[in-house]
Amino acid sequence: MTGLSDFWKVFKRNKMGLTGLGIIIFFFLMAVLAPFISPYNPNQTNPNLFLSPPSSQHLFGTNEIGQDLFSRNLYGAQISLEVGFAAAAVTVIVGLLIGLISGYFGGIVDEILMRVTDFFLVIPSIVFMIIISAFLGPSLINVILVIGLLSWSPTARVVRSMVLSIREWPFVEAARASNAGHFYIMFRHIMPNVIPIVFANATMAISNAIFSQAALVFLGVGDVNDISWGQIMHFALYSGAISAGDWWYIVPPGIFIILLILGFILLGYSLEEIFNPRLRRV
Amino acid sequence: MKGLASYFTKRVVFAVVTIFIIISFNFFLFRILPGNPIELLYRNPMLTKAQIDALYHQFGLDKPLWEQFLIYIYNSLTGNLGISFYYKQPVTNVLIPALENSLILLVPATILSIALGIITGVVSAWHRGTKLDFALLGSALAFYTMPTFWLGSIFIIVALYIGGIPVSGMYSLGLNYTGIIPRIMDLLSHLMLPLITLTLVLYGEFTIIMRNSLIDVFTEDYIITAKAKGADDKRIIWEHAYPNALLPMVSIIAINFGLVVAGAVLTETVFSWPGIGLMIYDAIISRDYPILQGAFLIISITVVIANLIADFVYSYLDPRIRYK
Repeated sequence: MTGLSDFWKVFKRNKMGLTGLGIIIFFFLMAVLAPFISPYNPNQTNPNLFLSPPSSQHLFGTNEIGQDLFSRNLYGAQISLEVGFAAAAVTVIVGLLIGLISGYFGGIVDEILMRVTDFFLVIPSIVFMIIISAFLGPSLINVILVIGLLSWSPTARVVRSMVLSIREWPFVEAARASNAGHFYIMFRHIMPNVIPIVFANATMAISNAIFSQAALVFLGVGDVNDISWGQIMHFALYSGAISAGDWWYIVPPGIFIILLILGFILLGYSLEEIFNPRLRRV
Repeated sequence: MKGLASYFTKRVVFAVVTIFIIISFNFFLFRILPGNPIELLYRNPMLTKAQIDALYHQFGLDKPLWEQFLIYIYNSLTGNLGISFYYKQPVTNVLIPALENSLILLVPATILSIALGIITGVVSAWHRGTKLDFALLGSALAFYTMPTFWLGSIFIIVALYIGGIPVSGMYSLGLNYTGIIPRIMDLLSHLMLPLITLTLVLYGEFTIIMRNSLIDVFTEDYIITAKAKGADDKRIIWEHAYPNALLPMVSIIAINFGLVVAGAVLTETVFSWPGIGLMIYDAIISRDYPILQGAFLIISITVVIANLIADFVYSYLDPRIRYK
């Protein structure tokens, strides 16, 4: 991969990756355009239309206080993408740093960092997230930090195992021989070789974050006042709409989450295929 | 066998340290983060100075921090996890029956999902590149991306539409069972939907891992040798390829225990299955912190032990670890 245009040449032949990217762009547009294309104010209640099924006026029906669910689902894309990208950024940065340091220095540093990584790999993170969010109180920043700081262990492991082999390559030895500092070697020589796989990993981190945010809000931790797909499903259960069989309340947000996560997974698979020569089919 | 002993010792030490860290985390969470109940008591203007001191003494808060910490560890290890705010009962008394209910759902779901994952993975790998492979992989991926609580909700709506299928709780309310058999039948009918939900959201990843590791194994020399010797397909798959492809599966199963727990928490919430997950959901609503922390500790210990077992199984399956 020498440049972005080279990358695009390979990428545009990858059907899986293009489909994924298309889905992501679709939801990105949905999030950005929500204020302009929503037929109703998502918070406006209507006392005459409680839990009404889909109609030409309300494409996805209304909820238990008469809000238009189509508008709310459009707005819901914003939080999912925000949390997805922000939490994944935290995940990737922490994972990358820990993996780099652990793999590069080896020895006791590696041993300690890997045991910490194992710890985060073993503990049931969703329960951990619930406990911390419940104590910290609801806010978007808290949800982002909690998800980001508890999900970095797989990234750290992948990066470490790559660094372990890269640090034995001749150019690293050459850099060391010419008296380059540890941090210079780590960030200028080793990191660029790890970045592509980290990108593929980041798409998984994003889908994981979207999923976790929805699960947390659904369970009632995190901010239940911000409109998000998880929040719509939270109130669908909480208001008893599910037990009443009001399918239009629960079906759309779930399908949106599935599609968006699928988009990131497809993009991730294709990136891995492109960056990992062993998987390349060219 | 020296390698094996040191391997086991390492894993056991790691498990103990993990549990120790979780207990310490619980301890500090309660004392450092805002909104802790003792501070709330302390703010009550009706309390006199003497009463506040008595409360502090009762909770051991007048002792130095390290002593409180030791007491806390001792209490946690002896099963004294505090009193639930909501149930006004010891946390252990509330959570242990809930844990049992959770296991009734969790254990069969885990076993079923692994079996389903292995079968679909093997079929998919053997027919790789065909429409069948595409369909099996596609549905595995679809269920893998499905939010657990969403799939559960859809099942509830469909079951309500069909009628006659219990969608909530563990037993029918107000029934007097004439014997053990009707009671078990009632339990099973309530178990059906949560079990299907949990199995479906869990199996997808196993299918994908199984398929990919089998395809990796198919390129190994000994498979080609077996083919050259004229072994039939069934034998190649089950005797040569499958045991080797199982190794990555076992490590994925171990890593996934956390996911199983997450799935169970969400499934129990949707179906009001009275396990630890539903306890957590109720505790979030009623801000019952001792229950939340107790649940975290009990779930973590369960997961750590399950991981330990997976490690042992792995070392049994992979002789390289034993002789390293």
